[in-house]
Amino acid sequence: MTASERDAPDYNYDIARYFTLATCFWGVVGMLVGLLIALQMAFPVLNIEPYLTFGRLRPLHTSAVIFAFGGNALFATSYYVVQRTCHVRLWGDKLSSFTFWGYQAFIVMAGLGYVFGVTQAKEYAEPEWYADLWLTIVWVAYLVVFMMTIVKRKEPHLYVANWFFLAFIITVAVLHIGNNLHIPVDFLSAKSYSVPAGVQSAMIQWWYGHNAVGFFLTAGFLGMMYYFVPKRAERPVYSYRLSIVHFWSLIFIYIWAGPHHLHYTALPDWAQTLGMTFSIMLWMPSWGGMINGMMTLSGAWHKLRKDPVLQFMIVSLAFYGMSTFEGPLMSIRAVNALSHYTDWTIGHVHSGALGWVGFITFGCLYYLVPKLWNREEVYSLKLVSLHLWIATLGIVLYITAMWVSGIMQGLMWRSYNELGFLTYSFVETVAAMHPYYIIRALGGLLYLSGSLIMCYNFYRTIKGDVAVGEFDKDGNPRLPVTAQ
Amino acid sequence: MNPLKKHEFLEKNSVVLLIAIIVVVLIGGIVEIIPLFRAETVIERVEGVRPYTPLELAGYNIYLREGCYNCHSQQIRPLRDEVARYGHYSLAAESMYDHPFQWGSKRTGPDLARVGKKYSDEWHVAHMMDPRSVVPESIMPSYGFLMKKGAKLHDLDDHLKALRMVGVPYTDEMIANAEKDAIRQATGEAVTDISGLTARYGEAVAARDFDGQPKLISEMDALIAYLQVLGTMVDFEATKQIEAEMNAKEAQK
Repeated sequence: MTASERDAPDYNYDIARYFTLATCFWGVVGMLVGLLIALQMAFPVLNIEPYLTFGRLRPLHTSAVIFAFGGNALFATSYYVVQRTCHVRLWGDKLSSFTFWGYQAFIVMAGLGYVFGVTQAKEYAEPEWYADLWLTIVWVAYLVVFMMTIVKRKEPHLYVANWFFLAFIITVAVLHIGNNLHIPVDFLSAKSYSVPAGVQSAMIQWWYGHNAVGFFLTAGFLGMMYYFVPKRAERPVYSYRLSIVHFWSLIFIYIWAGPHHLHYTALPDWAQTLGMTFSIMLWMPSWGGMINGMMTLSGAWHKLRKDPVLQFMIVSLAFYGMSTFEGPLMSIRAVNALSHYTDWTIGHVHSGALGWVGFITFGCLYYLVPKLWNREEVYSLKLVSLHLWIATLGIVLYITAMWVSGIMQGLMWRSYNELGFLTYSFVETVAAMHPYYIIRALGGLLYLSGSLIMCYNFYRTIKGDVAVGEFDKDGNPRLPVTAQ
Repeated sequence: MNPLKKHEFLEKNSVVLLIAIIVVVLIGGIVEIIPLFRAETVIERVEGVRPYTPLELAGYNIYLREGCYNCHSQQIRPLRDEVARYGHYSLAAESMYDHPFQWGSKRTGPDLARVGKKYSDEWHVAHMMDPRSVVPESIMPSYGFLMKKGAKLHDLDDHLKALRMVGVPYTDEMIANAEKDAIRQATGEAVTDISGLTARYGEAVAARDFDGQPKLISEMDALIAYLQVLGTMVDFEATKQIEAEMNAKEAQK
């Protein structure tokens, strides 16, 4: 036992355990709904009116994976990381426990609402006013717990992961309040109307929508990356200077990128141009984060050969790099004219969501679960490897199917015949996409299967088992264990 | 002075760091959003755009509830093929009473910004009941339950009041007559007197039994009333006139 372990404070691991289990549960739920709606697009007979139609289930899928799966992962890791890096127990046991139950209540409230047709009809901001108010309370509690832990810290320096978590928490609060200015029809009515209308509501919605990506799915997950990649690789972060530069440039530039969702619309051109310009600039800070993460393996690349957990993290950074290159490309007006309204956007989002957000989460959880339940390593690193390859194959099928169907549909829409008429009716483009929708659903099925393998692996890990014929991350054999 | 040393100050003072983050993330939003509230530079002057009638509003709310925006856009871009396929590109004024906008982001189905008057009511009913009966390759869910479900009309006055609070110019008279106007519009001019409705919302308001079930004012009535008015409000001839006048004024300056 080293000196630092002896002096270790009594960390609150319970709260991180709860959020970790919730992450696994909601991840499976969200992906299952995703698979169902993917199948609905291939086989419309699977829509069951009125409750289980694509229109009501799609928000259920997006909210479940972004806010339930992603959100719980952020809670779990941020609560773990802030304690470890501040060298102090998480502040406020009762309040942090409230954030857990309060957040799960929000998820259930929002999800039930969608199925029963209660929605604000704004993408990724569908929960109605009462759920929004509740989330605001929970989120303020989250900020208080996080901030108070930082204030009470024993380390003079605030580690870089915490800057990202802090930026994520506070900016999401600003976005959430800004985009949910609604007037309820009546205090007993679930229905509300947004204060801004038309153009203004569109701009505010995509200021929110794009930064839900920028701060929820990027800044927060970069915070995870900055702690867990160096930990697993047992190397310091590649460049402290780069982390400062890319942190401030990332959070400053991201906020401006929203209008690229509104190219060629009735939004004034100056706003569209600003959105495009900043989106292209965003490429650099994004790659700053990718480089900082990947280069952390400098001098330790050999670890990548044997450790599937590290492989998860590095593949996630590769997907992060790819989708943050594709994003600026698609924000260029001329490219957007083709890609917008098509499946290309869906493919892009999923290379970010499945590749970056999903994989960095899996990598971090594979590190975190043994730590939280006091095990040396997960039950089976071979199963981690299997998860990695099944899920990667799933992503490849998903995004290539969407590239082909999206670009094909975009080109069909703008195709003219020699007489100067449009070549294809709309529905011909729908029919042409059928095979790609089946391939996409297959990709989703593979990705979901990977997650189920992970859940099994965690179940056995928590039980205390070690699989037969296992090696640890450095390649040393492990003794098999079957706990009673 | 080494800038890294300066940054160290932020790393050691978490509250200052928090404030610095807030300032940095607010700038972009302020620059892009605040100017849009000078409406005269954002929304062009056009003739004909009016608030929804109570029945159309009920339809708009069904459109929202069913998540139609997940698959249908309402924003025609000024691109050659879109104008050829859907009609005149969308104007800002056309969604100025939509709280919130329904421009959408994905076209799994076609754009609906100008779907009004393109198809008959009967086509819409058949299409909602079973999309594949009229468009065999369609992948849209069926919405037959809308035919059986009575539209909620009794609280429409509260909806109009809420919308007035956020800037839609509904008058006291419109609010007082909200339910009656909805019933009259769905019953139709062939059967009932709609002079009050047209006095309040204009002569162009379509009043008829949209779903072909005279005994029930269903959600189908409301949804079709909404779909049939989409993109039909702007009088493009009158708008040309306004544009010419404004250009003449500019030239005089």
